[in-house]
Amino acid sequence: MQVPAPFEYERATSVEEAIGLLEKLGDGARIVAGGHSLLPMMKLRLANFDYLVDINDLHDELGYITVEADQVRIGAMARHRELLESNELGAAFPIFADAERVIADPVVRNRGTLGGALCQADPAEDLSAVCTTLGASCVIQGRGGERVVTMEDFHRGPYETAVGAAEMLVEVRIPLRPNGSSAYEKVERRAGDWAVVSSGAAVWMDDGVIADARVGLAAVGANTAGLPEISAALRGQAPSEELYARAGEIAARSCDAATDTRGSADYKRHLADELTRRALRRSVARINERA
Amino acid sequence: MTAVSETPVTAFEDNDQSPVGYGRMLRKEDPRFIRGKGRYIDDVQLPGMLHLAILRAPMAHGRLVSIDTTKAAAHPKVKLVVTGAMLAEKGLAWMPTLSNDVQAVLVTDKVRFQGQEVAFVVAEDRYAARDALELIDVEYDMLTPVIDVRKALEADAPVIRDDLEGKTDNHCFDWETGDAAATEAAFAQADVVVREDIVYPRVHPAPMETCGAVADYDGVDGKLTLYSTTQAPHAHRTLYAIVAGLPEHKIRVLAGDIGGGFGNKVPIYPGYVCAIVGSLLTGKPVKWVEDRSENLTSTGFARDYVMRGEIAATRDGKILAIRTNVLADHGAFNGTAAPVKYPAGFFGVFTGSYDLQAAYCKMTAVYTNKAPGGVAYACSFRITEAVYLVERIVDCLAHELDMDPVQLRLKNFIRPEQFPYETKTGWVYDSGEYESTMREAMRIAGYEELRREQAQKRERGELMGIGVAFFTEAVGAGPRKDMDILGLGMADGSELRVHPTGKAVLRISCMSQGQGHETTFAQIVAEEIGIPPADIQVVNGDTDQTPFGLGTYGSRSTPVSGAAAALVARKVRDKARIIASGMLEVSVAALDWEKGAFHVKGDPSKSVTIQDIAMRAHGAGDLPEGIEGGLEAQICYNPSNLTYPNGAYICVVDVDAGTGRVKVRRFIAVDDCGTRINPMIIEGQVHGGLTDGVGMALMEIIAFDEDGNCTSGSLMDYLIPTAMEVPDWETGFTVTPSPHHPIGAKGVGESATVGSPPAIVNAVVDALKPFGIRHADMPLTPSRVWDAMQGRPQPPI
Ligand SMILES: Cc1cc2nc3c(=O)[nH]c(=O)nc-3n(C[C@H](O)[C@H](O)[C@H](O)COP(=O)(O)OP(=O)(O)OC[C@H]3O[C@@H](n4cnc5c(N)ncnc54)[C@H](O)[C@@H]3O)c2cc1C
Repeated sequence: MQVPAPFEYERATSVEEAIGLLEKLGDGARIVAGGHSLLPMMKLRLANFDYLVDINDLHDELGYITVEADQVRIGAMARHRELLESNELGAAFPIFADAERVIADPVVRNRGTLGGALCQADPAEDLSAVCTTLGASCVIQGRGGERVVTMEDFHRGPYETAVGAAEMLVEVRIPLRPNGSSAYEKVERRAGDWAVVSSGAAVWMDDGVIADARVGLAAVGANTAGLPEISAALRGQAPSEELYARAGEIAARSCDAATDTRGSADYKRHLADELTRRALRRSVARINERA
Repeated sequence: MTAVSETPVTAFEDNDQSPVGYGRMLRKEDPRFIRGKGRYIDDVQLPGMLHLAILRAPMAHGRLVSIDTTKAAAHPKVKLVVTGAMLAEKGLAWMPTLSNDVQAVLVTDKVRFQGQEVAFVVAEDRYAARDALELIDVEYDMLTPVIDVRKALEADAPVIRDDLEGKTDNHCFDWETGDAAATEAAFAQADVVVREDIVYPRVHPAPMETCGAVADYDGVDGKLTLYSTTQAPHAHRTLYAIVAGLPEHKIRVLAGDIGGGFGNKVPIYPGYVCAIVGSLLTGKPVKWVEDRSENLTSTGFARDYVMRGEIAATRDGKILAIRTNVLADHGAFNGTAAPVKYPAGFFGVFTGSYDLQAAYCKMTAVYTNKAPGGVAYACSFRITEAVYLVERIVDCLAHELDMDPVQLRLKNFIRPEQFPYETKTGWVYDSGEYESTMREAMRIAGYEELRREQAQKRERGELMGIGVAFFTEAVGAGPRKDMDILGLGMADGSELRVHPTGKAVLRISCMSQGQGHETTFAQIVAEEIGIPPADIQVVNGDTDQTPFGLGTYGSRSTPVSGAAAALVARKVRDKARIIASGMLEVSVAALDWEKGAFHVKGDPSKSVTIQDIAMRAHGAGDLPEGIEGGLEAQICYNPSNLTYPNGAYICVVDVDAGTGRVKVRRFIAVDDCGTRINPMIIEGQVHGGLTDGVGMALMEIIAFDEDGNCTSGSLMDYLIPTAMEVPDWETGFTVTPSPHHPIGAKGVGESATVGSPPAIVNAVVDALKPFGIRHADMPLTPSRVWDAMQGRPQPPI
């Protein structure tokens, strides 16, 4: 058994209380949601905190998935498993179920949360890539009220986010546009492993041409990043293998791959290309199937 | 041999039989495990028990400058802090390894691998013990580590083992086998010679339960009770007696249930010794249980052989000779678990299942700044490496000759009439029907059809591979004239007592780690004396209760202890026969034995059951002249030879050409382990071993960065396969009994771990044939497969 350093434990029953506790306890306090990123780091003593503020009682308040006319709102405490099993979410954004199926394992998915995943800001994190791909924005709440930031502004660097002291992420908002679909492609060394590289794509069609498209990559850069150059290259074009190849080539060129135990940098660049093509191809196929 | 076509057994009920002897039956031990009633090391709770944690070195090579334990000792819950210097005062700072080397219990002079034991703390609870480690101040001088095994013998390499007198380099040992000159001659006359550099990377057994011990020294009685995760309780007891100077009869080793061993629990680790010292010094029971990272980074690894394989053949595919040169990485201390005369274990069987003219191996073993070990990780003492080498190099030859790998093997197999067959490296294979076994695997696989499918797929640019491997193992160590571990002969005892009501208890010296001994051994006895397995209690893992023997590893339980169990049962039956002759008032010669009862020849109505006899043996009334009361016996079995299980494995993979991802689509395993005692348990062993093989072939490696930091120290980094990576196993069997074994059984525990990695790698390489690839090293992760497809296959180390 791996044993973390000593810490104190508080349990919040409302967002206000959680924020109040963070304010009172100061720097040494950390929120624990599903605990599947935080606790392993603490057990390995890579991170030590004086206090944990447990927000699992906030699941009632922040566990929702609400599909509205022009956006989907997901509470920060929605668990991986709920994202995987939500038919409404799956219908609006198939990319979620694609990704969730290959995130960790059922044990982790039963507890891990959307909020925890985004706030962990691991460069290989899959839901961050999904949210980036979908152009999501994050609702951060503090004493003074709410502010809304884009995914690009939310991630400040590896393991760093826009969430300030005595603040927490409460909701993720995803714009819902007609005639679109999405897909997620990931290569991992084994089921439950983090991505070697993954690529998400979202495509919106209008009259046989691509009205808009977005691609987000994970594990090839400081943060999961959207690729505006790809969006620009795809907009107004009819989908074709050549077009996907162009997008893949941009993905390979723009990503920041490094050699590590998961794979060589060359391989990762190749995957950025290959998986981007596959994700775009599948997104378009899904739109066509529906039509 | 009989080839029996397998009806797949899928239903629980199919196994829920109660044979009086061999056959399918559910495991007697499983209700205990399924209900959480197993007794693993961390379940041991003793009154007043203290907890031990070990401080480990952060770097791979560094001189210990100073160590200050005052702050740790002042922690309110800490009872004891011990350093290497303190152990040195008691003469306990170093201990022998299983290979006659020495290993530091705690560092006194310098750190030799990352994760090495530096000091330990004993405290009231494990949290306090762990916290107190952070209060120990240690100062080290960094030294340059030796990590690249190929550079270990360079003249300017830092000397790791300066503790050994006169040591000026990192040379560990040299070893050779076979005939160099004859092999050279065979190579000279060959039409075709193929050479390949083949690495079997360092891997770890990674049992589900990590290692641990609870030491309980009774100061009044002078008795040490040691609960510990050990695959060899008796051998450990003797070694503790020798190392710690405790009288052997005052040491009791209790293994309890073990959550997997795979060789990881054969050695004695510093942690066990620390727990004993902790208990001796505090007078309290002391528990030490490793965490996962400690297990992966400091306990016995396996493999780590850098091999050059060479094979010589005629143009039409007759193999003449095999030659190999091996560079073996033994880490900081030589902790290889193998019989003393076999420093490279049984690597000598690298000649495989083939009839050769000559063979030769030369090995150089070196020290590096890595964790010690070289344990028999489900490998029967380095047979895994040997089989991988020969099955890979034979495939390279097939590639070169453009010959079907099955045809090449069929052409070169040792033929049935050649057994017993002495190999060119001196091993006497007992029996085998290799061609029939191979053909059975081909039948199940639909081999020809698979090749047709592959040809079609290749035309479409799809990457499908078919890999074949045929292995012969040498297990059941071993004959005491040749084999001992630190002077202890590898024979095994067994004791059987039949109680008055006809129930029995069998005490054995080997030690189950999940293999199902409580069931298999009861079945062996049942087959011999006709008492149902449910009525036979099997006791193992308690040195006060069981006869001496060397434990379980190298697939030796059934070949050695299983033979002992059968023979002790026969001894009891011989006595029962004499008692029966008295009861039925006929001569011994006038009795027939029918499983469970003696009856008078020609008159089956006149019979007594084994239960009747047991009651008579313990009851009042006369027994035949010269016969003592009771019905029990004890023996010690010394095997006359090893046994040689073998098998044919076929693997089918699909490789995603865009990502390099390998999917194991099918795996056919036909095993010949001689007599089959419980087919369900055999299948379980095979399934586990095949899964292990997928791990090694596709994902497992204990890796180090250039500074010697282990980068595989958690199960997030050291990947073990899941159900998602393995297919539905297709098993089959042939039965060629061992002629010299009392029940003809050969052992099967490690067969699948040995045989599956080459089958999988051969399949992947076969899939990559359109890229002109002849070899790629494990682990075949997507990245490494893709690199190979680009013409840049890289060795993993
Ligand atoms: C074996 C394993 C495999 C995994 N594999 C993958 C994988 O393949 N892909 C993948 O993407 N992830 C993977 N993960 C990570 C997993 O998805 C985590 O659950 C997730 O990243 C974190 O969610 P959590 O709720 O557990 O967060 P926690 O661990 O509780 O918290 C993580 C961080 O976020 C902060 N935090 C949590 N909630 C909030 C909030 N509402 N506001 C502000 N800060 C907050 C915490 O303070 C902490 O710093 C894996 C994890 C494990 C253990």
